[in-house]
Amino acid sequence: MTALQEITTREAESASGPSRDWLHFAVRNKKLVIGTLIILLFLCIGVFGPLLARSGSAYDFVGPRMEPPSSEFWFGTTLFGQDIFAQFVYGVRNAFMVGLFGGGVAAIVGMVVGFLAGYRGGWVDEVLSMITNVVLVLPSLAVLIVVNAYLGIRSIPAQALFIGLTMWPWAARAIRAQTFSLRSRDFVDLARLSGSGTGRIIAREIAPNMSSYLVMMFILMFGGAILTAASLDFIGLGPTEGVSLGLMLQHASVNSALPLGLWWWFVPPGAAITALVGAMYVANVGLDEVFNPKLREM
Amino acid sequence: MRRYFGRKLLLYGLTFFVAVTINWMIPRFMPGDPVSTMLARRTVNDPAAYEQMRVYYSDLFGLDKPIWEQYLNFWGSLLQGDFGISVWAFPTPVGSVILSALPYTLALVIPAVLLSWVVGNWFGAFAARRKLLDSAVLPVGYLLTAMPYMWLAALLAWVLGVVTGWFPFAGGYSFSRTPELTWPFIQDLIMHWVLPFLSLFLVALGGWAIGMRNMIIYELDSDYSNYLGALGAPNRLIRRYAFRNAMLPQITGLALQLGVIVAGAVVTEIVFAYPGLGLTILRAIQNLDFFLLQGVFLFIVVGVLIANFVIDVVYLLVDPRTRIGVA
Repeated sequence: MTALQEITTREAESASGPSRDWLHFAVRNKKLVIGTLIILLFLCIGVFGPLLARSGSAYDFVGPRMEPPSSEFWFGTTLFGQDIFAQFVYGVRNAFMVGLFGGGVAAIVGMVVGFLAGYRGGWVDEVLSMITNVVLVLPSLAVLIVVNAYLGIRSIPAQALFIGLTMWPWAARAIRAQTFSLRSRDFVDLARLSGSGTGRIIAREIAPNMSSYLVMMFILMFGGAILTAASLDFIGLGPTEGVSLGLMLQHASVNSALPLGLWWWFVPPGAAITALVGAMYVANVGLDEVFNPKLREM
Repeated sequence: MRRYFGRKLLLYGLTFFVAVTINWMIPRFMPGDPVSTMLARRTVNDPAAYEQMRVYYSDLFGLDKPIWEQYLNFWGSLLQGDFGISVWAFPTPVGSVILSALPYTLALVIPAVLLSWVVGNWFGAFAARRKLLDSAVLPVGYLLTAMPYMWLAALLAWVLGVVTGWFPFAGGYSFSRTPELTWPFIQDLIMHWVLPFLSLFLVALGGWAIGMRNMIIYELDSDYSNYLGALGAPNRLIRRYAFRNAMLPQITGLALQLGVIVAGAVVTEIVFAYPGLGLTILRAIQNLDFFLLQGVFLFIVVGVLIANFVIDVVYLLVDPRTRIGVA
């Protein structure tokens, strides 16, 4: 088995393109499979859950107050008689929105900065690296608190946008380092000799060779965006329109749900965030093992 | 070495400059009038007092002067340690509101960060490549890092505070006590400190353990480990070398995680109503006290920069390559 793996990896490297072997290891990697299943489960909750929930706003007062979970109210009701299941499914849906959008913005900015700095080098690299490091050193939540407090963020996409704009340096730094090591390879030289421009070389030669890396980066930032959004919501700087898991936590906490014994109000949103983000981290390690043969457990 | 510090200090100076500029820019370039928004929430019965506050804050923003002069004035008062006067705690200066909250935050964050780092690294190094332990440390570690700080904090407050009643779960000390240097008060202070500390410690622990575990596995696969193994060196020795090499990225990681730690401390303090900077932020937001908020922001940035510098010095001591200018 060990020998076989060595051969396949060597082939994959010499082909210098994406190989189909990774699928073989992907379905056999427990971490990746379990993590992906949990993420898919939550994706289903976010996509189809709202169809099962009562119609109308998740903040409507539809039931008796402080009702524990029952067949009618699956997750119980809040102090004011709102349906927690409805809030939960919309919250999960919006968590995916924040992750996708916030992580996406961070990935795009990080890729542009990282590729340019790593490929161009010289003063472009100096300037971009300095900017990256400055944003990296600034404590992002503190910046977000000041910005959100003044601007009064209304919608979830706006919140995600600002989160993405503070998170990109992580990606930029890592991508820069990877690009740095790839740019002096023979195939990049060849592309340069045949007259390809910077954009084309980055898109055609460099990016595909670190595609696994980019995917993993995005997953990590996806999870990070969800956690940051939850913190902002909890402080009271969440979106004023819409439901989110962090806002649920905040409402539950402000109305002292736990001291009143309303655990069904406080536990599900936090558990969902933990499970979703944790699944992403675990799937990420799984991916790492699939793409990087050295890490595979033999 | 001089180059190493030169670059770092340039970076920190630039970061501070950017932070101050953000602080100055946001209230001036956002839509609306910051002074009236800020005072709108404030129910001041006496019209004369309201007018006095309005004049004071308008003057502080200095909106009638040219932009560049506003900017220079902002720096001028900042360098004199003048952050303005808090709206929430009027007429206490922002500086003293922050200074009275600062010890609580430091007493909470510094032990939590250092202990979680040490214990987490130890756990991770111990678990790496040890099948049974590893399969326990890894999932628990991921669970802990993925947890929102406030969620774990509130659960701890509930279980160890409300249900069992072992620890107080709100405030920095009991309401019935006045701060004084006596043993019962210090005991009270420590009891109130336990739960916020524990929740910060636990969430951070997972990340360090996982990071160290992964680094050790990586180092044990490297050439020098294989070579040592081939020479017949005992496993303990190889692991010790691996550990020393794996420490370096963990030290860098500590610097990179400072922002996350700040975020965790803020929400944890809010859960436990612990009277540090996090709770001050909450009060500032609830009362639209922008001066207080900006003051806390600058304090946090300066704190993070100082911590970064300390970590740089430690790195210099630990990694000889930085001293001779190789890395």
